[in-house]
Amino acid sequence: MREEVMFWTLGPVMVLASLTLLFARKAVHVAMGVVVVMIGLAVIYVAQDAPFLGVVQIVVYTGAVMMLFLFVLMLVGVDQRESLRETIRGQRVISILAAGGLAALLIGFLGKVVIDPAHVGGLTQANAAGNPQAIAGVMFGSFVLVMEALGVLLTIAAVGAIVLTFVPRMSPTLNQRTRSDARIQGGLDPVNKPMPGVYARHNALDTPALDPLGNPLEASISRVLRARKQELEVPGLPQAPEIEPPAFDGNEREGGTP
Amino acid sequence: MNPMNYVILATVLFSVGATAVLLRRNAIIAFMGIELMLNASNLLLVTFARVNGAIAGQVDAFAVLVVAAAEVVVGLAIIIALSRSRQNISLDEPSEMKG
Amino acid sequence: MLHLSWLIIAVPLASAAVILLAGRAARKWGHWLAVAASATTVIVGIGAFVQMLGLDRGDRAFHETLFRWIPGGELSVDAGILVDPLSMSFVLLVSVVGTLIHVYSVAYMEHDPRRSTFFAYLNLFIAAMFLLVLADSYLLLFVGWEGVGLASYLLIGFWNQKSEFATAANKAFIVNRIGDMGLILAMALMFAHLGSVDFAHAFAAAPGASTGVLTAIGLALLLAACGKSAQFPLQSWLGDAMAGPTPVSALIHAATMVTAGVYLVVRSGPIFAGAPNALLAVAAVGAITLVMGAIIGMAKDDIKKALAASTMSQIGYMMLAAGLGPVGYAFAIFHLLTHGFFKAGMFLGAGSVMHGMDDQVNMRRFGGLATLMKFTWVTFGLGWLAILGVPPFSGFWSKDKIIEAAFIGDGWKPWVFGLTAMLGAGLTAYYMSRLFFMTFYGGKRWTDDQHPHESPLMMTVPMMILAAGSAVLGLVLARGNAFTAWLEPVTGTVAHGEPVLAVPLIMTLTLILVALGVAAAYFQYVSRPVPITEPRASVLTLAARRDLFQDTVNGALVQWPGEVLTRIAVYADAAAIDGAVNKTASGTAGLGEVVRKLQTGKVRSYAATMLVGVVILLAIVVKGGR
Repeated sequence: MREEVMFWTLGPVMVLASLTLLFARKAVHVAMGVVVVMIGLAVIYVAQDAPFLGVVQIVVYTGAVMMLFLFVLMLVGVDQRESLRETIRGQRVISILAAGGLAALLIGFLGKVVIDPAHVGGLTQANAAGNPQAIAGVMFGSFVLVMEALGVLLTIAAVGAIVLTFVPRMSPTLNQRTRSDARIQGGLDPVNKPMPGVYARHNALDTPALDPLGNPLEASISRVLRARKQELEVPGLPQAPEIEPPAFDGNEREGGTP
Repeated sequence: MNPMNYVILATVLFSVGATAVLLRRNAIIAFMGIELMLNASNLLLVTFARVNGAIAGQVDAFAVLVVAAAEVVVGLAIIIALSRSRQNISLDEPSEMKG
Repeated sequence: MLHLSWLIIAVPLASAAVILLAGRAARKWGHWLAVAASATTVIVGIGAFVQMLGLDRGDRAFHETLFRWIPGGELSVDAGILVDPLSMSFVLLVSVVGTLIHVYSVAYMEHDPRRSTFFAYLNLFIAAMFLLVLADSYLLLFVGWEGVGLASYLLIGFWNQKSEFATAANKAFIVNRIGDMGLILAMALMFAHLGSVDFAHAFAAAPGASTGVLTAIGLALLLAACGKSAQFPLQSWLGDAMAGPTPVSALIHAATMVTAGVYLVVRSGPIFAGAPNALLAVAAVGAITLVMGAIIGMAKDDIKKALAASTMSQIGYMMLAAGLGPVGYAFAIFHLLTHGFFKAGMFLGAGSVMHGMDDQVNMRRFGGLATLMKFTWVTFGLGWLAILGVPPFSGFWSKDKIIEAAFIGDGWKPWVFGLTAMLGAGLTAYYMSRLFFMTFYGGKRWTDDQHPHESPLMMTVPMMILAAGSAVLGLVLARGNAFTAWLEPVTGTVAHGEPVLAVPLIMTLTLILVALGVAAAYFQYVSRPVPITEPRASVLTLAARRDLFQDTVNGALVQWPGEVLTRIAVYADAAAIDGAVNKTASGTAGLGEVVRKLQTGKVRSYAATMLVGVVILLAIVVKGGR
């Protein structure tokens, strides 16, 4: 009886959630719908004497695979909306007819099959020592070679994914030496920029350092602070110019090169 | 409860997944359709493992799960590579296979 | 030395290989290596001969299996050599004449840039020729048979920069192929009906076979012999084969290779013994060729072509003799030997004349050379007397025997063959005298820039030796029927029949005819001046100048139908076969044009197609499940 309740509660929810695949415009919504289906499946697995698979289903599918989907969605742009208007002539009709035909055929055929609950073997006996133990016994017993092959498959898939997404570096690597060389080439100060000021009473980033003559050094204060007008007022330091937010450019972020 | 209910639920899920693959142009959504189909088949495996009292069905389902995971990794990598080179992940876009 | 007989084949073969592989490097020493190889065969040959003489007559057949050659079920052939009096005769002829001609060629080819190649080919030839005569089976004989054909082809076309020479080589090769087909057919028939292609087994099985089979084998062998020996109707290549260097003409196209047909017929005696009709055909072919060659020889002005026609005619004599059956076998081989000497000598003489006359071959441009080229004149004269059949020179002993043998028998045959042979002797006397007189007598007709001179010793010495052979060989071999007795183990003992005419009468008549021929030639070409250009002549002469229209006949009978057939085949190929293929291709392409519309390139269409397929399959399964 509990199982019936579970089934008739979860079943419609899962079917409805799966329908987001067909009707939701945003891929994120679809992903959430699929997550619901996956969780529902996990519950069903647990109900069907497969608690191990149920847990794995949640961990792998809901936790890993679907999250991976979400990551990729974010990578390629969450905002990609897709119009549901069909572009291939006849595709929608054919698809609905074929999929509907498939469902109708299977349901029509399988619907007539009745399995007497009395003949349902159940896994109580097999799971006597616990479901994970039972699975492990089979998996590392008769299916050990399959397991090893699956391991190899996963490794290959991981390597393949790296190869597919790998982008070769197009510019030479920047290291300390090259940066220093560039700085000298550009006629700039070869050593570090002066550190922010250190006073007896005050030691802060917002205080400019002083040169030997006692004049504040403009370069010693973070540009950000100056742009935000958060530096400490120091007499003699020219007024901070209005600075445009710097354009993103990896090579010039350092600000060392012109 | 009649285990056939699970079978019919699996059939419905499978058909929905198949329809999604056929109808959705967004590669990620189509891919999720494929995942749904895989899971529908997994549901069948688990169901019949119970009906027949054979734990091997669950092991098979586990294997399908692993393969699906591997498939997802590679498939998503392909989608990323695709979006990098085309700024687009529409399935109708790569039509170089046109005869 | 008999057990070393395989060296006779191996040494020249190895020498040819060495020279050909050495290429340019062999230019300095290649010819001497070839001469040495050839001389080795003489030494081994004579050694084997002496050893054989020491044996009892019945034991004079040395057979040695060299290696298992084709171990194939029912057809199992071993490569072996058979040295018996018949092959020994050939070994001596080929090695001695071959070596003399090798020496002669050293001088004759002195200025040729490809001299070492020439010698390699010569060595290849003698190796193949030895293989031909020493083989113990038809199949191995066939290898030698093809080998001499190849060498002949290479040597005829040695100066293949001239296209007509290359054409002549091709002609010789192609005509010989027809003969080869005969030999292959003969071997196939033997294997099918006699069960073997080696001499011993085939001959042992021959008496048990039906006359029809033996006749078929005999005719096929005759076809082979005709091709190789330039007998009617496959005679057309020999005249053109004179394109090769003169030593080649002397060795291959006069003394040795062209006589292989006679060897084949004589060797196959046990088969012909059961096929009298095939034997009659051999005799008829010989008689026809004998007259035909003589007629052609009477009209030719080219000294080498006249000699070639004479060769045809003389081989006609041998075939006629061979066609007389066991009675004539020994005489055929006897004439073959003497002919080998005197004809090779005359060819070398002709080469010597050409050497002194800047390669002039037109006899109308010779004349009066007797005083200028004394050695050549004398040696050629001895050959001339020999071929005429003047006693006691060697041609008399051999040819006269053939004429006598031709008169043996009953019914119409002795009269036809005998009279033909006798008439041939007269014709031979006329055309050989014509050749001799036009070349060495009369006024000089060459141009002023030519300076006839005697050839170097290295050329004249071989000529002298051959001339000596022409003079005395016949007498030596005929004394006390020595040669007939020598060959008896092979040809078998034959009761000597009586000719239909008395022997002295035949001899006298023949000599009278010969004298008439010489006299006619003398009056025409010595007493009267020889015109430099060909005079107007009768129809027969014109026909003879054109080789009795042999090329025209071949063209009409073989070439024209062949060309028409080829055109039809080409047309059928283009229209029917290519047409079908092309139509299939364009049809497939058209179908592809239609089907490719289905390939939209849209992944989802493909997926839809797949799903539809799955649904259809499922429907079938569900339907079938009920």
